[in-house]
Amino acid sequence: MGLLSLAIWTPIAFGVILLALGRDDQPGMVRWVALIGSIISLLVTLPLYGQFNTASAAMQFVEKASWIERFNVNYHLGVDGISFWFVLLTAFINVIVVIAGWEVITRRVNQYMGAFLILSGLMIGVFCALDGLLFYVFFEATLIPMYLIIGIWGGPNKIYAAFKFFLYTLMGSLLMLVALIYLYTASGGSFDLAVWHALPLGKTAQTFLFFAFFAAFAVKVPMWPVHTWLPDVHVEAPTGGSAVLAAIMLKLGAYGFLRFSMPIAPDAAHEWAWLMITLSLVAVVYVGLVAMVQQDMKKLVAYSSVAHMGFVTLGFFIFNDLGISGGLVQMIAHGFVSGAMFLSIGVLYDRVHSREIASYGGVVNTMPKFAAFGLLFAMANCGLPGTAGFVGEWMVILGAVKFNFWIGFAAASALIFGAAYTLWMFKRVYLGPVANDDVKALVDINAREFTMLALLAIAVLYMGIYPKPFTDVMDASVAQLLKHVAISKLN
Amino acid sequence: MIDKISWIAVYPEIILFAMACAIALLDLGVKSPLRGRTYALTLLTLAVVAILQAAYATGGATMYAFGNMVVSDSMGNWLKCFATVAVMVTLVYGRPYAGQRDMLRGGEFFTLSMFALLGMFVMISGNNLLVIYMGLELLTLSSYALVALRRDNATATEAAMKYFVLGALASGFLLYGMSMMYGATGSLDINMIFKAIVSGQVRHQVLVFGLVFIVAGLAFKLGVVPFHMWIPDVYQGAPTAITLMIGGAPKLAAFAIVIRLLVEGMLPLAFDWQQMLMVLAVGSLLIGNLAAIAQTNVKRMLAFSTISQMGFVLLGLMSGVVNGNTLSAANAYSSAMFYVVSYVLTTLASFGVLLLLSREGFESEEIADFAGLNQRSPLYAGVMAVCLFSLAGIPPMVGFYAKLSVLQALVASGQALYLGLAIFAVLMSLIGAFYYLRLIKVMYFDEPITATHVVAPMDVRAVLSINGALVLILGLLPSGLMDICARSVLQMLGT
Repeated sequence: MGLLSLAIWTPIAFGVILLALGRDDQPGMVRWVALIGSIISLLVTLPLYGQFNTASAAMQFVEKASWIERFNVNYHLGVDGISFWFVLLTAFINVIVVIAGWEVITRRVNQYMGAFLILSGLMIGVFCALDGLLFYVFFEATLIPMYLIIGIWGGPNKIYAAFKFFLYTLMGSLLMLVALIYLYTASGGSFDLAVWHALPLGKTAQTFLFFAFFAAFAVKVPMWPVHTWLPDVHVEAPTGGSAVLAAIMLKLGAYGFLRFSMPIAPDAAHEWAWLMITLSLVAVVYVGLVAMVQQDMKKLVAYSSVAHMGFVTLGFFIFNDLGISGGLVQMIAHGFVSGAMFLSIGVLYDRVHSREIASYGGVVNTMPKFAAFGLLFAMANCGLPGTAGFVGEWMVILGAVKFNFWIGFAAASALIFGAAYTLWMFKRVYLGPVANDDVKALVDINAREFTMLALLAIAVLYMGIYPKPFTDVMDASVAQLLKHVAISKLN
Repeated sequence: MIDKISWIAVYPEIILFAMACAIALLDLGVKSPLRGRTYALTLLTLAVVAILQAAYATGGATMYAFGNMVVSDSMGNWLKCFATVAVMVTLVYGRPYAGQRDMLRGGEFFTLSMFALLGMFVMISGNNLLVIYMGLELLTLSSYALVALRRDNATATEAAMKYFVLGALASGFLLYGMSMMYGATGSLDINMIFKAIVSGQVRHQVLVFGLVFIVAGLAFKLGVVPFHMWIPDVYQGAPTAITLMIGGAPKLAAFAIVIRLLVEGMLPLAFDWQQMLMVLAVGSLLIGNLAAIAQTNVKRMLAFSTISQMGFVLLGLMSGVVNGNTLSAANAYSSAMFYVVSYVLTTLASFGVLLLLSREGFESEEIADFAGLNQRSPLYAGVMAVCLFSLAGIPPMVGFYAKLSVLQALVASGQALYLGLAIFAVLMSLIGAFYYLRLIKVMYFDEPITATHVVAPMDVRAVLSINGALVLILGLLPSGLMDICARSVLQMLGT
């Protein structure tokens, strides 16, 4: 079994074991099995880093076996510089999420942990799949555990949120399914991504494909104006669900743009880049403003996610190396930072059971350790130099200026909104005098929460101070992608 | 005319018939209320028949018997094998339910089921219009009696009446269409009809006139819009075990006669019947999915879901011939076959859970009865969830590959109209996803109304677990079943 197969199936196997444990009588044991399972799943991905050849743009750790012969579908896995970091990021976030749910989840612990482990394996599968249908199967299958996570362990309005999440994303991906089948037919019976990348396509076909993929990926990212499901879902999802959703699931959409839309339909991608850039700028500027007026912390971070993902898609569709690498770095950084933000909100919510900003004030007085982490993550969310948030946004802005000064200018000025809503929230929640008895009664974070936040803090700082390992991995593949999309497929 | 091959080709039918008669007699001596001995003997017979059919099917030979009246080919044998297994599973799930409702007295539950299966066999292997009609009548007459098996129940009796009247009407349609075909081509033999049509010496008008009636009759039997009215009423009114008996295995037989009549007999008229199927498919997808949303009764909801699923099967069947070119025919018909087989598999498991939840004196039919099933029994809730995700077409369940192969057949035709139909079908399955998800929501998100654990006899528990697991496993490894469908359809087209 190859390394990538291990990375996918180890968490799924542990998840199935957890589900098979049946009823809810031994939550303690279940938690340890889940933790061990997630740590093993992380450990099996580490050899990938040692063996990855950063000089090569080709797919690495390739595994290929026939899966469905009748449709020529292969179990075809591999990673390149674009997908590499997401495998590790997913496995890492999975460990954090298991720790985050430790004492918080008391009902049906085995199903909760099992769902997260299976979800993690499926998401790694999305990043590794080099076969269109395999990608689709993993992509869609992630909906099932997430639907259950939101619906079972979510907040008061969980059912509405679960349905909105499922149907919204299903609508997009079903159109993508038709596109995949179209490509299968057009390529003479192949689901192989490499074949599709090389396949010449007419203009109408490219436009159709581009928008079919757009339907699937834009909803997932989510881009303005199809982002409305995200705040609703984030508010209702349990903390772990929000963290995984923001840290990994949104990236599946952005990743899809790089793996499908751009290389398969390069001409349409160029032609419609203006639309993508406009939508991204709207997300960055308008949704940033929307975030500012939110009363609910989770909603605020959710809107901030939409704005940050706007930077990602902006970086992709300006078609230069700074933009695309910057977008990728931003995706990884946002994975750490948004995960950390949601987990911090979770820490407060577990104690006070409120997400309203107005319920807090002066938290720093009672939870000094926690407030220190809060400050760090808030700074990272604004994109302060020295934190992970800075690198990606900076690269995207540089790339955008290179592409067109005014687009770069608009994106850069949007950073101010980011700083404004994050710091304003920080001020209202953490600073000032102790606001009420709830805050007065707060107990600072325990060892478990400290470990979880510290791991994320290390990642955020490391990536901010020394981003080179991240960008090094990407360079060759990004250059290759740019070279590929520069060549027209028409004629 | 009757030679050695003739007998070999119908061994399974002979065994089935002889044993059905024998079991009817032997049951006279059985006294236990659950009829353990009759049950065991029935299952044993069916197991033997299923193994025999599987052996025939893997052997792969095509045999014509009784002067071409009966054909035993790979597709038919696989369908018969699956139908037998489906009836076995139905009996396993249905016995406790039937026993609690005094439906096992006299053992007709078993003998009638076997005769219904015999009817399916004759339909599947019929190569002659009258033989097919005879098989159909044997199946439907047994089914009417099965629905009415709960003598003292008003709704069941009403459902039986409805089923009988509408079923007889549909049979009349079919028979009338067949007589037109006979009149036009001068033969009842399907191969001869095919040759007569190809020769071009038959009046097209008469053929199409007969065709309309045949398609209408088939549409009744498949239960597609606008001939679907009986489905929700009969599904709801019939005792749940019988609902499964008429909603499971017979779909395989209905698919077989569609193939025998329309493809083997009238492929040259494909241009005409494909248009009819298209209208039926669009109507079924639309009405089936929209009406299912409004249902509060699970059986009724599943009935409308069936209608929409059959719409998908028709989409597969109508994309075989493009501009008079039959190159993609094997692809299209095998996708439809795969769809039907996986649909039956999923239906069995979902009704199995439904039957399990119905206790003595309590019919578990309302959606609300499923509330909090996950807390009462994670296993059965899991089986049901897998089935519902499969029906909704979410990977990695087998239902996804069924939808995929049908959509692929549509897109492969290269017609803009068919591409549009594929997108329409996809949007309809989005609507469909809503009501399947709603049932999952009730099972997983709502609090249970009763804390009783779900208890099941060993046999039900084992079969249901395997059945549910298969829906998932065939989703992870669909290759084997797809190959079976592809190869047997290819062979059928070759002869």
